[in-house]
Parts: sequence; structure tokens; C-alpha cells
Amino acid sequence: MRNILVLIANRLATGMLTLWIVSLIIFLGVSALPGDIATEVLGQSASPETIVAFRTRLGLDLPLHERYFAWVSDILHGDFGISLANHRPIGELVFGRLSSTVDLAVLAAIMAVPLALGLGILAALYRNGAFDRAINLLTLTSVSFPEFFVAYVLILFLSVKAGLLPSLAGFSGGTVLGRIEGMVLPALTLTLVVVAHMMRMTRAALIGVLASPYIEMAKLKGVSPIGIVTRHALPNALGPIINVVVLNLAYLVVGVVVVEVVFVYPGLGQLMVDSVQKRDIPVVQACSLIFAATYIVLNLTADILATVTNPRLLHRR
Amino acid sequence: MTPLARSAAGPSATGWRPSFAWMKVLAAAPLSAKLGLFIVASYVAVAISAPWVSPYGEAEIVGSQFEPWSARFLLGTDNLGRDMLTRLVYGARNTVGIAFASTLLAFAVGGVLGIFSAVAGGWPDHLLSRAIDVLMAIPQLIFSMFLLTIFGMSVPVLIAVIALVDSTRVFRLARALAMNVVTMDYIDVARLRGESRLWIMRREILPNILSPLVAEFGLRFCFVFLMISALSFLGLGIQPPTADWGSMVRDNATLITYGDVTPLLPAGAIAVLTIGINYLIDWFLDKSSGLREGQ
Repeated sequence: MRNILVLIANRLATGMLTLWIVSLIIFLGVSALPGDIATEVLGQSASPETIVAFRTRLGLDLPLHERYFAWVSDILHGDFGISLANHRPIGELVFGRLSSTVDLAVLAAIMAVPLALGLGILAALYRNGAFDRAINLLTLTSVSFPEFFVAYVLILFLSVKAGLLPSLAGFSGGTVLGRIEGMVLPALTLTLVVVAHMMRMTRAALIGVLASPYIEMAKLKGVSPIGIVTRHALPNALGPIINVVVLNLAYLVVGVVVVEVVFVYPGLGQLMVDSVQKRDIPVVQACSLIFAATYIVLNLTADILATVTNPRLLHRR
Repeated sequence: MTPLARSAAGPSATGWRPSFAWMKVLAAAPLSAKLGLFIVASYVAVAISAPWVSPYGEAEIVGSQFEPWSARFLLGTDNLGRDMLTRLVYGARNTVGIAFASTLLAFAVGGVLGIFSAVAGGWPDHLLSRAIDVLMAIPQLIFSMFLLTIFGMSVPVLIAVIALVDSTRVFRLARALAMNVVTMDYIDVARLRGESRLWIMRREILPNILSPLVAEFGLRFCFVFLMISALSFLGLGIQPPTADWGSMVRDNATLITYGDVTPLLPAGAIAVLTIGINYLIDWFLDKSSGLREGQ
């Protein structure tokens, strides 16, 4: 038990360190700008006085390390600064968007995880059969599709041809049901994008376990194939499966960017793309930091879950 | 994601020996591999011969907006009245070319650093590995968007940014593979003989890890290709008027709401090429023994 705690504390410390260095990169990256934000925003023709005023307003006249600490402590207090494009506080812009993005990712996860696990188990059960090969070819194909291709094909068939679902996710209705209806297509796209990888890993983890002698024993005892998988194989394959599920959730949070743009879904990804186009640097910084932090935290969770669900990891070395 | 699994299979792989019997090997290949080879070959042919194959100029406005398919414009025209087919053909050249250049650069940087890291050992290895770990903790698409905001959007910057972001993965693999070779006796012999580090990297290690690296090149290319298309689709990658498949989809997406499939063609072109490459690699990996799984 003590071992586990030490290991987890270790992982947590590494994760925090990574997060800190990433925040440094995101902060310092901007000072690598040719010129600086002031000339970038105000243009070459701005008078020296306006530039100086602008720099004082943003605190650009302070030394780098002071600016970094001010930036970090502001963020820890929930203050992300002011958008250059529309002069609104970034926190206000970001948090509403973040919750929409999380809603979308959660809906996608609810659809994707059971589907991937089910298909993975089936493929492992009937491995090397026709079903397995078909699924294998299908996933190999689906990982090759760009996200926007999947999205537009779905729009074409489900929304334009069949008229089942709205192709835009704009929240015009305002009711919860209307909102969810608008989210189905984007979530379905995300599902199709992540399901292949998750399914393959589930299959691989299960097959690894199915090859062990105690499974053969169970088979000889006369346990049914379903029983073997659910009672004997699955518990032992759970660690890697949980790991891959969480890793794919991390991917979902980031993968939403393209999907949000296709469906005009008002999430964080869309905000970031718009801000990159406008070169609204503080907003890009904030979005990058939030995405990176989410990604790191989820990866860390996957790591810790893998440790907790697999006691054998503790006795290595 | 699984450097260990890969490294275990790495140097013991028998490797891919080109022989005079390559026709026979090809004939014995599964249907999917043949299909993949055919797809890749035809894309390369189209990309190289773009100016001769396409009916009009790359950015030439030849008709009115969104004209339907006709004898004059085989696939219709786009949102500015440029010929779709022409843009599609030039897109093969630009999108594939830029993705290829980025992958090549990523392999040059990541490969050299990875092998160096394995050979040098000690603190340089430690420092490099930790730095790469941190870079890999930032999601790739987000990191590239961030870097593109800072350095502006142009083709050289795009290539450099994508290569930098992707070289982290190459570094991991190259280092893991080289690590297994570094422990071999003949490396010690070369060291005792007084060969330089560069010589050891180039003549002793590189040939021994080449075959898995080639397979990885295919995978990384697909990945880079998809990422550049995604960036262009978001309007942050290849800039107009250069023809590019990602931005072509975006520019003409409105047509889809009228049930027209034309905007899906460039997206389909991207999908077909990545599928072709994936089929090829799958076969290649089967042949040069099992480095599978992971992405």
C-alpha cells in the first residue's frame, strides 16, 4: 500500500512539473515573437507614445520573470487577462465555451466507450475469423479518414439526404432536448474517430489474457465462451483497457477542435481557431494552456489508474 | 506510445531485403497491399505531372461560382469559379509535397537526435529525453496552432512547425531502437577502433534500425498529412491561392447542404491516400516481422 502511494505521489509530482514547464513554454513562446505584441497589434505605423502606453497597459515593460509570475498567479485566481480582439475578459469567454466542449466530449464518450468495448470483446472472441478480419480492415480504414471527411459524410447522409438531424449545432432552440439533438452529429463523428483505436487496444489486451493457461483450464472445465471472457479474462485485462479509454478521452477533448468548426459548435476549439486567425495572442495562450492542462491531467489519470488496477506493476524491479 | 514493444521487435527484425525476385514478392502480396501500392503510385504520378494533366491553371478563374459538373468543367467550379479538377490535381502536389517535406525534416531532426541520444548516454540523453517528454505532453494540434500563431502562417513555417512537433515521436522510436543496438559488441569494437561518434551513428547504428524506421516513416507521413489537412481545413495551414485539399473542403462546404458531393472529393482524396499507405505499411510490417499496435 505504501508502495502504491509513493508511486502515485511520484507520478503526481512529475505531472505537476510537466504542467509547470508547459506553462513556461506557452508563456515564453510569445516572447519569441518577432518584435512584440505591441507592434504586432498596433501595426508598424503606430506612434511611439501609443506603443509605450499599450505596453504599460499590458505590463510588457516589466521584466520577463515578473510578468510570468503575475500571469500564473492571475490564472490561478481565474483571471486570464483581456482579449485583444474584443477587450472582454478572457475568463468569461473561455469558461462558457469550455463547458460546451466538455458536454460534447462526454456525450461522445458515452457513445464510444460501450461500442468500442463491445466490438473489441467480440473481435477477441472470434479472433482470426471473418468478423475479426472485417473489423480489423474497417478500423484500419477509419483511422485513415480525416475528421472533417467523416463529419461531412454524416451531414450528407443523416442530415441532408435523410433529414434526421440538424447539421449545425447552434443552440437556437434553447431547450435541453434541442441542445442534445444538435450535439448528436458532432458526437457521432467523434465516436467514429476514436472507436477504432479503443477497440483495437481492447482486442489486443483481451487476446493477451486469453492466451494464458488459466483460460485454457476454464475452457477445459467447460465454461462457456461468454463466461470465459466476462468472468476470467476481462478482470485481468481491465488495466490496459481503462488506460486506453482514458487516453482516448484525452484525445477527445483535443479532437473536438475540427469537429466544432465543422458543426459551428460554440466550444473552446472554435474559440481557439478564431483567435489564431485573429492573432489574439492572450486568448490563444489561455486556450492552449487549458487544452494542454486537460490533456496532461487525463494522461496522468490514465497512468495512475493503470497502476492502481494492476498490482503487478508494483512488484516490478 | 509503445516504445518498449517496438524496441523489443526492432533490431531482431530480419529486415527487408530487396532482391531480384521483387516481382515475385509483389505477386504474393495480399490484395490490400497491391491496392495500396497502386494508390500511392497513381498519386505520385498525378502530383508530378500536375501541370500537364490539369485542364486549367492552378489559381485561374475560368467560370462562374459553383458551376455544376459539365463537359467543360468535369467536376464543376469552386467558390471563386476555379476549376475543381485542376485544383484537385494541384492539391495532390501541394498537400502531399508539404506533408512529405515535413515528415522528411521530422525524421532528419528526430532520427539524428534519437540516435545521438542513445549513443551519447549520460546527461545529454537524460536532458533530451526529458525535454521531449514535456513537448509530447502538449497535444500536437494545439501546439502547432500555438506555434503558427507566433511565427505566422507560411509554407516554410508550416513545414518547420509540423516537423518539430512530429520529430518528438520519431525521437522516441529512433532512441528506443538505437538503444538496443548500442549494447552490441560491434559497437564497442568500433569505439575501441577509435571511430568517431558520427561514424558509429551513421555506419553501425543507422543500417541496423532502418527497416522499422521506414515503416514508421509511412505511419508518420499519414499522421502529418492528416494534421496538415486538418490545419488547412481550419484555415491555419496552407494559405490561398495555393490549392490544397483541406481548404478546398472548407471553401466549398456549403455545397454539401444542397446534397452535392463535390466538396467531399478532396476529403476523399485524403482518405484514399492514407488508406493506401496504411495497407502498404500493414503488409510491410507483416513482412519485416511484428512491430504492430500502437499508432
